[in-house]
Amino acid sequence: MIKKFDKKDEESGSGSNPFQHLEKSAVLQEARIFNETPINPRRCLHILTKIIYLLNQGEHFGTTEATEAFFAMTRLFQSNDQTLRRMCYLTIKEMANISEDVIIVTSSLTKDMTGKEDVYRGPAIRALCRITDTTMLQAIERYMKQAIVDKVPSVSSSALVSSLHMVKMSFDVVKRWVNEAQEAASSDNIMVQYHALGLLYHLRKNDRLAVTKMLNKFTKSGLKSPFAYCMMIRIASKLLEETDGGHDSPMFDFIESCLRNKHEMVVYEAASAIVHMPNCTARELAPAVSVLQLFCSSPKAALRYAAVRTLNKVAMKHPSAVTACNLDLENLITDSNRSIATLAITTLLKTGSESSVDRLMKQISSFVSEISDEFKVVVVQAISALCQKYPRKHSVMMNFLSNMLRDDGGFDYKRAIVDCIISIIEENPESKETGLAHLCEFIEDCEHTVLATKILHLLGKEGPRTPTPSKYIRFIFNRVVLESEAVRAAAVSALAKFGAQNDDLLPSVLVLMQRCMMDSDDEVRDRATFYMNVLQQKQKALNAAYIFNGLSVSVPGLEKSLHQYTLEPSEKPFDMKTVPLASAPITEQKTEIAPIATSKLPEKLAPSRQDIYQDQLAAIPEFKSLGPLFKSSEPVQLTEAETEYVVRCIKHTFANHMIFQFDCTNTLNDQLLQRVMVQMEPSEAYEVLHYVPAPNLPYSQPGSCYSLVRLPEDDPTAVSCTFSCTMKYLVRDCDPNTGEPDDDGYDDEYVLEDLEVTVADHIQKVLKPNFGAAWEEIGDEFEKEETFALATVRTLDEAVNNIISFLGMQPCERSDKVPENKNSHVLVLAGVFRGGHDVLVRARLALADGVTMQVTVRSTDESVVDVILASVG
Amino acid sequence: MTAQSCPRQHCATTMDSTALEPSLYTVKAVFILDNDGNRLLSKYYDLELYPSMKEQKNFEMNVFNKTHKADNEIAFVEGMTIVYKSSIDLFFYVVGSAQENELMLMAVLNCFFESLNQMLRKNVEKRTLLDNMDGVFLVVDEIIDGGVILESDPQQVIEKVNYRADDNPLSEQSVAQHITEKLALTSNVLQSAKEQIKWSILK
Repeated sequence: MIKKFDKKDEESGSGSNPFQHLEKSAVLQEARIFNETPINPRRCLHILTKIIYLLNQGEHFGTTEATEAFFAMTRLFQSNDQTLRRMCYLTIKEMANISEDVIIVTSSLTKDMTGKEDVYRGPAIRALCRITDTTMLQAIERYMKQAIVDKVPSVSSSALVSSLHMVKMSFDVVKRWVNEAQEAASSDNIMVQYHALGLLYHLRKNDRLAVTKMLNKFTKSGLKSPFAYCMMIRIASKLLEETDGGHDSPMFDFIESCLRNKHEMVVYEAASAIVHMPNCTARELAPAVSVLQLFCSSPKAALRYAAVRTLNKVAMKHPSAVTACNLDLENLITDSNRSIATLAITTLLKTGSESSVDRLMKQISSFVSEISDEFKVVVVQAISALCQKYPRKHSVMMNFLSNMLRDDGGFDYKRAIVDCIISIIEENPESKETGLAHLCEFIEDCEHTVLATKILHLLGKEGPRTPTPSKYIRFIFNRVVLESEAVRAAAVSALAKFGAQNDDLLPSVLVLMQRCMMDSDDEVRDRATFYMNVLQQKQKALNAAYIFNGLSVSVPGLEKSLHQYTLEPSEKPFDMKTVPLASAPITEQKTEIAPIATSKLPEKLAPSRQDIYQDQLAAIPEFKSLGPLFKSSEPVQLTEAETEYVVRCIKHTFANHMIFQFDCTNTLNDQLLQRVMVQMEPSEAYEVLHYVPAPNLPYSQPGSCYSLVRLPEDDPTAVSCTFSCTMKYLVRDCDPNTGEPDDDGYDDEYVLEDLEVTVADHIQKVLKPNFGAAWEEIGDEFEKEETFALATVRTLDEAVNNIISFLGMQPCERSDKVPENKNSHVLVLAGVFRGGHDVLVRARLALADGVTMQVTVRSTDESVVDVILASVG
Repeated sequence: MTAQSCPRQHCATTMDSTALEPSLYTVKAVFILDNDGNRLLSKYYDLELYPSMKEQKNFEMNVFNKTHKADNEIAFVEGMTIVYKSSIDLFFYVVGSAQENELMLMAVLNCFFESLNQMLRKNVEKRTLLDNMDGVFLVVDEIIDGGVILESDPQQVIEKVNYRADDNPLSEQSVAQHITEKLALTSNVLQSAKEQIKWSILK
């Protein structure tokens, strides 16, 4: 195996690894010499080493054979050979879980632990604690207490660390050793300090006050151990985070003072803690960034890595803070450690100017094949952020991404690239064709079903609207011929969209569909047959409803409704409108695609927020007969953040009713609130039917109370209303320490802020992937149009955002993004009104001394159109 | 090696760290591999990390493949920070979580390597290491206990372990040991010969 040692190996006559061909049974056989008298320490040592080596290699020892060897080993305590004894301790630790009756060595270990030989004492404590359980721990408690305060550092450290291991198992016993640990913390030995601090923190971590006190004490007394300082910095930043304390607190000052510590480890820990603090200002970051900058030129690779990784983190939130380090980062681009080079480049991409992009991209492509997948994903994330910052650079990026797509790589890496390309396509219409072409090429040879189906879906959506849709057909149909069932089915759906959108392609698509109907898989055949029949009708409305814009109901909701329907047979056909709608994905402005869909899949399987509310509300008997939940609003705060009681409200809309859910938290630890309810006074013809109080509201445990309100039936346009709210409750004072309440209480009330119900509460967002088709489908039967002047609005962006938040509808076709330097814009919105009527809004906006807006509303119900127009005006 | 074969790939993309829970449990694992990536010694302190031997060895191989070509001191593999060092035909690794202070891990690695360097009298290579495997086990035991850094000063470690490496063939003791070993070997050979004869007769 190893050439270099051949000579020596030949001499000694054994292979390069003396342990290479060890047989467990042979070794156990040899272990019999443990019983010989006198003990031969050297040979026994060798055998113990072999046993530990075998265990380390993953050799499995049966309980009987392990126990036998263990018992033989106990005899070796008679020898006074130091190394042999130490190896016995190791064997005990290794075998603690596989051998039986390991506790028989307790007395030998206790003897060593309290004996005169300091070399034995520490290791004996650690071995003993490994085999001790809670009941036996009490028997050695006295020795442990003595050991913790022992003046020999190794004994004290061993006792402290072993106690720490046992905190999980016997917290109550170890808790009694706090005073000893306290004493050990003032030891001169740096490791003892560190271990004592660690133990004290673990014992006290649930008591914030005690932790604060401890930290204050140690920051004043000044520990010597750099490890202990790192630990204190972590404790301090955790406290800062929990207490939400301002950055002028002594904790922050302490962390900042650590930036001037003489140990690099501590300085880095402090800098990293500051960088990771939420809402840190640029001024607070500056000193941390400047020490990291110094580290960038360190000869130690680990330090450079640590520094550039942390700077990369800073650059995500505060790119300007890192600009000062650009020169140092430039020097790291050619670092021989590729991880450091990659991080440096991605950081520069975030902070640098547009002009440097080309150069950096070139640099990184020279070694992208050498770095690991984890870092490739970092690179893709940086590119994705860059595309949003410099949309004009998309061609460079697209080129680079397509090269990366061709390289080898794992699923996460490929998915990151595909997501990035898709987001570029969505942001930049000019890049659409090149992007789609790259993706087409990718699916020609793609082993990941999820990605292939995702891309096919995208092709179906975007392809038909490109100037030459026919060129995509070949790529899609190839999938039908070559791939697995899931991909074939996705390809069929994509084909159908081409047929529906492009009349000249329809005949060819129909031919291809015909072929798909012969597929061996049920799902593929079903889809083909279905689309074939729809397409042959050649009706726009059918195409819109069944091909472009699929179902918008929530899938778990549909399942539940169907199940309910089968349980109660009725003459009426199943009504889709009774199924709760899926809440449209909230399309936040994607400022940060950084965590590229790391957990998208599990999310989809979990029930949506609305499904959870539906179940919670259905569990309350008073609300059973209301029908399906239509929409739940985002929580609205009804109190200031720092008040005695914190109340927020979630508005649940049903067909003819609304439920207001008040989540209340009592922040007073000397009060128990009972029978809590929120009384509501409506301003309009709304009628409060019922209150469901929260029976108990103890300190810091949130509870909910509900109010049920009937919507006015005679006037469907009365969609907005203001409620004045008062929280009423019974107060029982209680002891803050025990939580024991007094026997009697008194009634009290607390005025909350007013709660508004607006038109947005009656509309659920629905995404229509193809707005034009949906617009035609509804038709102009109930179309109404009106023009408004928005005098107070100065920009198109502002107008668009106002309209969206006011109506609470889903912007389609990415019309929520106003292109730069335009004076006019068309915003299209889709939603479903309470009661299940589709509603679509098209707003043409023109900018000239304020914004002029022409609103066109279409719906399947006339009154809905009136409601929308009335509320806008 | 493709990504699908990594059991913990899901965490690999999350290089973004959240704040560290204050804890003394710094080291997730240490291991020594030879220059073929074979395990000579390894200790995993976080049992949830790679519970089975197979996963551990996969991880070690993955780490080895990513690190043995260039001596870069630090790497990020399967969502873990890894600091490493090589010496002749050996690779030493210390593993911590993605959020761990890299310099703390370096302190452990340096102490580990320096202690072995002293104990083995600067002959940090596979043969000497294996010849003194008991000493190596004891050194690891003195530096890390269950993931907690027990000692970071190599001088202290050497004093505590108090182990005498016998790699010098000229010293009297080691000659004696060499002879005993030879004897043991011969008796082994004799024994196995006896066994073989016994079996051949029994057949």
